[in-house]
Amino acid sequence: MDWSVILSDAIRSGIGPVAAVYALAAIGLNLHFGYTGLLNFGQVAFMLVGAYGVAASVSTYGLPLWVGVLIGLGSSVLLALLLGLPTLRLRAEYLAIATIAAGEILRLFYRSSWAEPVTGGVFGLQRFATEFYDISPIPRDTYGFWLVRFTSRDLWALSVAWAVVLLATALIALLVHSPWGRVIRSIREDEDAVRSLGKSVYAYKMQSLVLGGVLGSMAGMMLAIQNQSVNPDSYDPVVTFFLYTILVLGGAGRVFGPIVGSILFWALLTFFDSALREAIAAGYISPDVISAPEVGAVRFALVGLGLMLLMIFRPQGLLGSRKEMLLDAR
Amino acid sequence: MRAELAKLSFEPGVAKPDPLLVVDGVTRAFGGLVAVHVEHLEIERGAITALIGPNGAGKSTLFNVVSGFDRADSGSWTFDGAPVTGRSAHRVARRGLVRTFQLTKTLSRLSVLENMLLAANGQRGERLGLALLPPVWLRQEREIKRRADELLDRFRLSRMRDEYAGTLSGGQRKLLEMARALMVRPTMVMLDEPMAGVNPALTQSLLSHITDLRDEGMTVCFVEHDMDVVMGISDWVVCMAEGEVVAEGPPHAVAKNPAVIDAYLGKQHDEPGTEPDHE
Amino acid sequence: MRVPFVLATALTQGDAVPQGPGFLDRALQALVDGIQFGAIIAITAVGLSLIFGTTHLINFAHGELVTIGAVMAFFLNVGAGGPGWHLIPSAIVAIVIGALLGGLIERGLWRPLRNRGTGLINLFIITIGLSLLLRHVVLVFFGTRPQSYREYDIQQALDLGPVGITPRDLIIVVLSVLVLLGVAFMLQRTRIGTAIRALSSNPDLAEASGIDVDRVVLVVWMLGGGLAALGGVFFGLTEIITWDMGFRLLLLMFAGIILGGLGSAYGAMVGSFVIGIVAQMSSLWFPVDLQNAWALLALIVVLLIRPQGILGQRERVG
Repeated sequence: MDWSVILSDAIRSGIGPVAAVYALAAIGLNLHFGYTGLLNFGQVAFMLVGAYGVAASVSTYGLPLWVGVLIGLGSSVLLALLLGLPTLRLRAEYLAIATIAAGEILRLFYRSSWAEPVTGGVFGLQRFATEFYDISPIPRDTYGFWLVRFTSRDLWALSVAWAVVLLATALIALLVHSPWGRVIRSIREDEDAVRSLGKSVYAYKMQSLVLGGVLGSMAGMMLAIQNQSVNPDSYDPVVTFFLYTILVLGGAGRVFGPIVGSILFWALLTFFDSALREAIAAGYISPDVISAPEVGAVRFALVGLGLMLLMIFRPQGLLGSRKEMLLDAR
Repeated sequence: MRAELAKLSFEPGVAKPDPLLVVDGVTRAFGGLVAVHVEHLEIERGAITALIGPNGAGKSTLFNVVSGFDRADSGSWTFDGAPVTGRSAHRVARRGLVRTFQLTKTLSRLSVLENMLLAANGQRGERLGLALLPPVWLRQEREIKRRADELLDRFRLSRMRDEYAGTLSGGQRKLLEMARALMVRPTMVMLDEPMAGVNPALTQSLLSHITDLRDEGMTVCFVEHDMDVVMGISDWVVCMAEGEVVAEGPPHAVAKNPAVIDAYLGKQHDEPGTEPDHE
Repeated sequence: MRVPFVLATALTQGDAVPQGPGFLDRALQALVDGIQFGAIIAITAVGLSLIFGTTHLINFAHGELVTIGAVMAFFLNVGAGGPGWHLIPSAIVAIVIGALLGGLIERGLWRPLRNRGTGLINLFIITIGLSLLLRHVVLVFFGTRPQSYREYDIQQALDLGPVGITPRDLIIVVLSVLVLLGVAFMLQRTRIGTAIRALSSNPDLAEASGIDVDRVVLVVWMLGGGLAALGGVFFGLTEIITWDMGFRLLLLMFAGIILGGLGSAYGAMVGSFVIGIVAQMSSLWFPVDLQNAWALLALIVVLLIRPQGILGQRERVG
């Protein structure tokens, strides 16, 4: 087993563009769940409309990329309004089920033969982000340290992605420490109390849903741009479950929770994946127990187990305080 | 105030000299059970009105309906001359009618001070766009903090100012809720069983806070099922039983009213806590 | 049931949108398919609804109980290294295993967590972790390839006038309805059923009146696990056995439950049939690959206009 390969894989994944995308989507979810207490299980739907906003605008309609970005952002606002309208007045469990259902409805519509002329159906859309890579200032080469190397293309994508993540983090930090943030954190604790003090809980929940949804759609756009392709089946409910795992790992309701959570999540996931593959290749694990194609499944199972163990033994995550968690009245 | 009220006839639905809250024909039923059926009720401005009655009399339900936390099946009510029938809870609160809850609703994972700050109305920084521009709201925030500290001092909560509200004792939570309601600068506060589950020493202090509020010109209406508690401090007592107002009058008159005695004695065999939960 | 209403709308819609001859026949066929699909959703959803009713837990891992039932029966029936039993004993053993698994999860996981005072939202997220874990453990053992049972795989449809149904599907519908009636009978007439209903409608009162809450919840979990396994076998029979079949069914179960009114077992039954019928009948007008999307859309529409569901009480919401 080559530990340097395993470790460098883990580091590359932890700082790579995908970790940045998930961090950004988790920042949006943190605003929903961590600060406002909204049990949004359809965050992947916002990523989907963002990604397709860009992809379909450019590929199908031949619009410039920046117009696609605007359309993606607009779609996410529209989705948040449509989703919030019937569900934000309902109990938490209804919101959870309604949002996950909405995500699935969207995925099914985007992949259907009906939508194929616009979305490419099950085949998805490709090669719509050339403009993004054309403006890259980074000369062609590979960059990095030790065995952790990125192509200039990936470096450009990950730099932009992490820059957006940092901006979003700053935005959230400002917001949650403002009086606005005080209101949404109070809604998380007890919305009736907030109502009794003359605040329109519904309006604040909607603002939170829209803002977090917009961040989710930006994550979806970045994912689409990095891959130069979109496919409806990559926007499975499991993505949202990963985001919750990231959030709980880092600490829900903590400004840096999503960043820490995402880096660690992807580093750990890749570490296990890479270690398993190395162990199988080196003959430490018999292919009869776990064969190489099954590693992917094992990895998902580990995420599930990890989420359970975290929720049971350290629900406050890495950055949260145990004291605060014990006061959680919900 | 008391003298003026003493001139009225002590019967259910009697008109007051200067009513702040007027309730007309309000009914609320759960399934087949009529929880509230109030023909007419007026709450006098600047007075302390106690709403008493045995468990299940519909006091809390009436509170919930008037404060916008529950909807009425029929009826109307006005507050300070304006119709507020069916208004949502936050609109009612903005009009100056602020309530507390029987089971305190402190915001556990916010500090005691933040609980207070939240309640102040008209905060510029509560608007999403302006929240990002601290210079716009920092001065107002300081002003609100000053007011919050004054109130915390008055309610002897200064020591707990920066603690999580979830760490407060039951009695301290009641105090915090009352102090928090005052941050809204209400015209009227409705306190839902402010003395429930509070130790006797703190009960005295709560009672004196309530009289202080009245002396500052605020209207207070509170729900209580223990008659003895209300005798000392109330200017006017309204007694409900089985959803209806059965008696009204100054404390001493209501205490002797046969309808009130009936309501309490007739219900004596009912254990406390059997009031249907309509929250 | 809602058959006449659905038929009526189908007829009027059919007039408005000319679909050529045979539309009525196709509508009847879709209705029959819908009832059959609804029956399978209902069998699995009742357990989910009872679990929610008694513990307020949204069991996101309920779909995996369905999959495990189907896969267990497959292993006993045709699996490599399995005993190669006939499907009927295989299914019965799978149901027993499903019930035991449900009981095991309750005893080993949820009860200790409830006793620790873990909040409902945390429990809900734990069920999501459990769902991911179980689903991918099944994937490792079962693989990605869809499979079928040995018996009753290909059958000639019985010709019943305008509609056709295979004997297998007919028996599944009849058995499902009998099982649902059995559950209803149990809830109404037996001591444990009364205890379940009491716990669902007023937990405090139920506990105060001496009902052993832990025992009732354990029974509900075992019942839910057994019903899910049975539903899994039916689902595998009518369609195909895959590693994520339960997860795909899960959202439709939720749709049925919410449609019927969260926490009401009878509501879950009615709602599930509606969802099954909506899914199948949508293909009269829309592409087949959107069946589930329309069923889920029905869920959102219900939340919009009647969030308490068809049989739910208004006070349950908000």
